[in-house]
Amino acid sequence: MESSKEITAGSELKPPITSVGVIGWMRENLFNTPLNSLLTIFILFCLYAIVPPLVKWAFFNADWTSSGQVCKESTGACWSVVTNNFRFILFGFYPYDEQWRPTVSIVIFILLVIFSHNRRFWNKNLIYVWVGGVVVMGVFMRGGLFGLSVVESTKWSGIILTLMLSLFGLTAAYPLGVLLALGRKSSLPAIKTLSIVYIELIRGVPLISLLFMSSVMFPLFLPEGITIDKILRAQVAIIMFTAAYIAEVVRGGLQAIPSGQYEAAEALGLDYSQKMRLIILPQALKVVIPPTVSILISAFKDTSLVIIIGLFDLMKTTQVTLSNPEWSGFSTEAYIFIALLYFGGCFAMSNFSRSLEDDLKT
Amino acid sequence: MITEATQNIDENKAIIKIIDMHKWYGDFHVLTDINLTVQKGERIVICGPSGSGKSTLIRCLNRLEEHQRGRIIVNDIELSKDIKNIEKIRTEVGMVFQHFNLFPHLTILDNLTLGPIWVRKVPRAEAEETAMYYLEKVQIAEQAQKFPGQLSGGQQQRVAIARSLCMKPKVMLFDEPTSALDPEMVKEVLDVMIDLAKEGMTMLVVSHEMGFARSVAHRVLFMDAGQIVEQNNPDDFFYHPQNERTKKFLSQILH
Repeated sequence: MESSKEITAGSELKPPITSVGVIGWMRENLFNTPLNSLLTIFILFCLYAIVPPLVKWAFFNADWTSSGQVCKESTGACWSVVTNNFRFILFGFYPYDEQWRPTVSIVIFILLVIFSHNRRFWNKNLIYVWVGGVVVMGVFMRGGLFGLSVVESTKWSGIILTLMLSLFGLTAAYPLGVLLALGRKSSLPAIKTLSIVYIELIRGVPLISLLFMSSVMFPLFLPEGITIDKILRAQVAIIMFTAAYIAEVVRGGLQAIPSGQYEAAEALGLDYSQKMRLIILPQALKVVIPPTVSILISAFKDTSLVIIIGLFDLMKTTQVTLSNPEWSGFSTEAYIFIALLYFGGCFAMSNFSRSLEDDLKT
Repeated sequence: MITEATQNIDENKAIIKIIDMHKWYGDFHVLTDINLTVQKGERIVICGPSGSGKSTLIRCLNRLEEHQRGRIIVNDIELSKDIKNIEKIRTEVGMVFQHFNLFPHLTILDNLTLGPIWVRKVPRAEAEETAMYYLEKVQIAEQAQKFPGQLSGGQQQRVAIARSLCMKPKVMLFDEPTSALDPEMVKEVLDVMIDLAKEGMTMLVVSHEMGFARSVAHRVLFMDAGQIVEQNNPDDFFYHPQNERTKKFLSQILH
């Protein structure tokens, strides 16, 4: 009886005013010890020293559309380097008059991504939608049909190349990586050995050397008269490289699944592929969403390495722009722009993975 | 409790035959010279100290463990390396595990329909109907749309039993089905197993639930050090054990 009285009395008592609200929060989090108070003041001072000049540079004193000459006299940021060379940075050597075509492709791509974001649409049709979308994008890019002039893939450059290498790289590497992981856990010695050799070989080599091999060494082995598209070769190198890393992450996921799950699946009479497809992989792949997305994000950024074999991706078109004497001093601004584009892509991926994790929580 | 128990046995129809079977883990001889014939409709409880090989024995029957010598014949199919044969046997033999092993990423209903749909190729609607029938039977139908993680241990084990039953098995293996349960949940699982026994299911149960053994089993097997030391009907087994090791074991578990 008494204890219930105490509880009622306690719930009516308000907490002291200094422990709630803005002041309470600040006392709790910013000034709770002398050291924290000192750190808070120090950081406030740093922010004061850095933020206002930065804002001034980036916005108030910035040039947005002027020529390079005007920029050189200004004290602010020169965003003109981006706005004046916008189309070259994005589309590179794609014929100027035809650049609406990659624009359409990118719009289709973005629509596809937004469409796929919703898990309600995840079924067989989604694959057809993507295949259809990719074919349409290919037709727009390459032309030769419906009165569109042909644009050879050697001219594909800028953001479209980056997106292409990433999209195909990631979507092909993921299933390949899963197969390699299953291969490495296989009880068949030949498949197991092959998988191990492949994974360890590829992981032991930097991506740059793989790209070099694909662009310099590989053509030497081809019979005379046969050439394989340079972009395709770089693409294959990226897929092979990423798949090896995904394989190891997925293997970690497979090991996290308790043996009881395998036994229960087998006891029901499921065969190997059913067991893996219906029971083990759905659980294992869910466990490894965070590290998988890390790999996909770094693979997305690593596509910029193709500049060393002379492909003109987003990074290279920016560098070319900066080699023009008119714009030579403004690499900071140009690279900030590129960084924002890459950040947008990576942030979208990591955001998506987090929402996926929440969705799949059981 | 089940008085006419013995009448259910079809003496002429052996559903499991184990002949001179041996198994080793590396150099360790886990099962030594096992001979056992189980008739259709027969219920056998296997007990014995831990490490005596009782779980290994029933796990050999559906090839979760591989035996190295002797023969095992289940439902007229001999277990061999042939994976097709193994899968055929597994389809006819249900198994309930100590730790339930439900599939945590699937709903209860999907746990139950998975086997029938993919292995028995039953249409989904029919599989769901069967699943609901067995869920009703284990008194858990209202949980059909939940995930295993949301259920108590006893409920999970009842779902696991229903999952096996959905495959319409000819034999049910129980590997210490109540050992991982909180005491107050043991009864609800045993009740389901007793119901199953009343319907004449052929059952092999590894368990220390002596009350269950006494009321349901036709035969109790005592294993020690990888051998079947003694087997008898429950009454004689519990009240007139012959072997010294059996006597010692029983004195330890029946206070």
